[in-house]
Amino acid sequence: MRSGHSCSVGPGPAPAAWRGTGGLESAALPSPAQPPPPPPPADPQPGREMVVEPPPPPLQAPPTLSVMWPPRLWSRRGAGQSPSVPGPRPAGQRQLVGAAWGRHSGETGRGRTFIAKDSLLFGVCLEPNKWNQNYKGHGLSKGKERKIIGPEQTFIALSCREQRAPIRFKTTQLNTLMDVLRHRPGWVEVKDEGEWDFYWCDLSWLRENSDHTYMDEHVRISHFRNHYELTRKNYMVKNLKRFRKQLEREAGKLEAAKCDFFPKTFELPSEYHLFVEEFRKNPGITWIMKPVARSQGKGIFLFRRLKDIMDWRKDTRNSDDQKDDITVENYVAQRYIENPYLIGGRKFDLRVYVLVMSYIPLRAWLYRDGFARFSNTRFTLNSIDDQYVHLTNVAVQKTSPDYHPKKGSKWMLQRFRQYLASKHGPQAVETLFRDMDNIFIKSLQSVQKVIISDKHCFELYGYDILIDQDLKPWLLEVNASPSLTASSQEDYELKTCLLEDTLHVVDMEARLTGREKRVGGFDLMWNDGPVSREDGPPDLSGMGNFVTNTHLGCVNDRKKQLRQLFCSLQVQKKASS
Amino acid sequence: MLQEESDLSLIIAQIVQKLKGSNLYSQLERQAWASLQRPEIKLESLKEDIKEFFKISGWEKKLQNAVYGELSVFPLPSHPAAPPEHLKEPLVYMRKAQGSWEKRILKSLNSMCTELSIPLARKRPVGEQKELLNKWNEMGTDEPDLSLFRPVYAPKDFLEVLINLRNPNYENGDSLSFRTHLGLIQIPLKVKDIPELKECFVELGLNTGQLGIDDSTQVPPELFENEHVRIGQKVLAEQDSAAAQQYIRQGSPTALRAELWALILNISSEPEDVLYYEQLKTNVIQHDLLVDSLIYKDVKLTASNDDYYFVFEDYLYQVLLCFSRDTSVLSHFAYNSASPPKSYIRGKLGLEEYAVFYPPNGVIPFHGFSMYVAPLCFLYHEPSKLYQIFREMYVRFFFRLHSISSHPSGIVSLCLLFETLLQTYLPQLFYHLREIGAQPLRISFKWMVRAFSGYLATDQLLLLWDRILGYNSLEILAVLAAAVFAFRAVNLMEVTSLAAAEVMRNNRRIIIWCGIPVYTLLKLE
Repeated sequence: MRSGHSCSVGPGPAPAAWRGTGGLESAALPSPAQPPPPPPPADPQPGREMVVEPPPPPLQAPPTLSVMWPPRLWSRRGAGQSPSVPGPRPAGQRQLVGAAWGRHSGETGRGRTFIAKDSLLFGVCLEPNKWNQNYKGHGLSKGKERKIIGPEQTFIALSCREQRAPIRFKTTQLNTLMDVLRHRPGWVEVKDEGEWDFYWCDLSWLRENSDHTYMDEHVRISHFRNHYELTRKNYMVKNLKRFRKQLEREAGKLEAAKCDFFPKTFELPSEYHLFVEEFRKNPGITWIMKPVARSQGKGIFLFRRLKDIMDWRKDTRNSDDQKDDITVENYVAQRYIENPYLIGGRKFDLRVYVLVMSYIPLRAWLYRDGFARFSNTRFTLNSIDDQYVHLTNVAVQKTSPDYHPKKGSKWMLQRFRQYLASKHGPQAVETLFRDMDNIFIKSLQSVQKVIISDKHCFELYGYDILIDQDLKPWLLEVNASPSLTASSQEDYELKTCLLEDTLHVVDMEARLTGREKRVGGFDLMWNDGPVSREDGPPDLSGMGNFVTNTHLGCVNDRKKQLRQLFCSLQVQKKASS
Repeated sequence: MLQEESDLSLIIAQIVQKLKGSNLYSQLERQAWASLQRPEIKLESLKEDIKEFFKISGWEKKLQNAVYGELSVFPLPSHPAAPPEHLKEPLVYMRKAQGSWEKRILKSLNSMCTELSIPLARKRPVGEQKELLNKWNEMGTDEPDLSLFRPVYAPKDFLEVLINLRNPNYENGDSLSFRTHLGLIQIPLKVKDIPELKECFVELGLNTGQLGIDDSTQVPPELFENEHVRIGQKVLAEQDSAAAQQYIRQGSPTALRAELWALILNISSEPEDVLYYEQLKTNVIQHDLLVDSLIYKDVKLTASNDDYYFVFEDYLYQVLLCFSRDTSVLSHFAYNSASPPKSYIRGKLGLEEYAVFYPPNGVIPFHGFSMYVAPLCFLYHEPSKLYQIFREMYVRFFFRLHSISSHPSGIVSLCLLFETLLQTYLPQLFYHLREIGAQPLRISFKWMVRAFSGYLATDQLLLLWDRILGYNSLEILAVLAAAVFAFRAVNLMEVTSLAAAEVMRNNRRIIIWCGIPVYTLLKLE
């Protein structure tokens, strides 16, 4: 860490000059040598960009990383060519670039060269097999990490971004997120009360501070203020019910029926009487009781008789008596989906990631990867007391007596999609995934008007989807802070890639044009209206041939895409300058 | 000419003999009798009419598929006077080697029995039977203590045996020449070289569209895919197993694969087959065998820990336990160089009339055996169908991967083919690895023994197995193994120890796609 940050000691004013002043305004203070930290996207400063000259063709080491990369170098780089060619080195920054490049790629030929390229260009620099060392104990500065991102590299990254000030990030999470942020070139960590440009905050911080924190134009934080409108079970249902009614009024029953993707749900205790009425109407079905504000499967139980719930009410009341200050905990009672789709006799749910960049207008991105989490025990309705069967939350699974950490209990979405395709044919799978797209969109629309839109905010949601035997997807819940802790190598890769791409979309570096439909593993799913897979203006006429721009569970060739994207962005930039 | 004709008639006689005992035969007979009621069948042209009827009603196709199936399983016709063991394996030293290998396995099994004082087989008490029946669908939740059990052997033990194989009639000589085989396998067997392989795998050439490769031909992949799916549906509608086999050489569309494989393997899930499976299940429930624990242990060690297959744990137990009880598997020993081990009822050791095959199917599972079943779980969800497919795959292909024989698809030939390809076409790499003590075969052997199951992503693996079925040969495994080395040659040239090389290849994502062999084959030449 130390080394990672000391990098700001570079040419130009000492970091203290602009970091130390500390005041809120200081971040925006322009200095003669450095453009203000919020890079104004409208002003690319073409003159500056040419400070570092594009290399003459024979030069092997690409001197610029994120801005000036000459695209043709990609194709020319063979396996054997080591970029760190000995010989006269160009002066200044370029020399440093060359050195760093050489260190990375000189080691192990082709495979590593690739990693190195990506790492410098896109900020990926993680050793593939490091997840287990990495995600434990981030408090310590590790020698190995220091080696990967040394001061020079960060410096280079900085210098290459036209000597922009580093992006100061802050986070409290010590998992894959920290790895990704720390390895991102040009980003430096801020601790404690330091000024930040990017804060991946946790929800408790948000509760306490969001109302009285002033944020500069360029600053981003990772949650919307009242995200709970979507991510607390009772609010979600309330909003969906209201949205459904509204749709029915405005667009008719057919459109409203598209919202029927959540099981019948009642909020307790407030809707207790409605619930009892519904319960009496359908005797014999199973209900599931979930505390609205707790996560990871805590406090969940199933019941079939009203008596069970009476007992439970009595219990909770008793405990309330003991602790007077605790108010009655809110629960939702939800109709339990009794015919879940099973694979190998096991129940599972899907975790899908959706990134919302703004609510007004609604701009949402869907990540291609995700996973199916399997319950460890076999599904049967006979033993409803056995909660391990029913909950696929990894957190609950971990407390299961025969939980075996070495055993996988996740399938990547690609695998799941392929399995379904071989069983039901591609058409059925296509329909299922369309239905899932519908869930994402409708659920976001349902809170669109409630959520306080704020251009500083973005949010990465983890959707939990259950599939039943008729291949109908059901929305279980939406998580505002999906787990970013990796449970395996595969999981680690998924999550680091997800976060890297999230940062690409958030685009603190101001590299994107805003017209992209795909960035890495993210596909733009909604941009104030559906996004078409084909280029050109969206065909809203017949809706007949309209194919949405979603690729959930499809091949995620993000590296290739990122390479192409950033290359073409550079070309555009150059052309415009 | 005369020879060929007599060969043909011999084959026909063999197949007729084989089919006469089959279910299909009796079905055909029944159909023929029933058809007599039909108005279009005339007495004067009875034979022709019935033939015509068979053709229209689709029974002829079924017969054709059955004959075709027999042809692909059955070995080349031998001289009628040749003893049956020649059918198993013509080379004496191979037979001997296989025999002594079997003895070693048996000894190991027996000593485990004595050590743990567990009988080879016992009848389960009624209570236990009930319990097993109840948890038949969730056997994976059971966690018996199997720490004392160990797999009877692992691929690397088997490799040692193959390395020590020698042909007593063949003098290797001390003088090195450019022909000297520098690999681990030191037996002279005829294996295909690249021109022959190219001829054999002609559909894998660059000019033919392949499923699962996105940068293949001039034809845009989507166009090819749509066309390919359309043809696939046509093939399925025709129910012609020969056509399916030809078709699948270019890879099978995901949605059609299950049906195509079933057609090629000539598996139709008739009620009798389901009944047969149920019978096997009853056998499992009634009797407890020592091999059950071995199977259990193997699944726990391999598939349950696999990111792809852990979901199917329960299916694997069901299929493998039933497989161990299935005596119909014994018939494949007619053309397998291995022989089923015998055990004797207590106290009657050596008396032939008290001998039984043990396990009842004659196959002793080894470490990784369950990986033959695991990928099939992706395709078949009905346990009885899954079981039949697996059994057919085993008696057609997989048995060759762990018995010593000179068959071109046998593991010995595959090893030799792999080493020859590397030595001939990538001599520097081969020499480098050999010098650092990382003989390539030591790395690739387990891939081939498991038919790459567990070493390739499932979609890739299924594409590979498409080719095995399509070409009715396992040689593609050796070619793929060599191709992986060629593909990774640059990195491999830099490793300095076997361990380093091993680590590199253990990651299944390193092996990218099954299309590699095509390219490598062509590039090497």
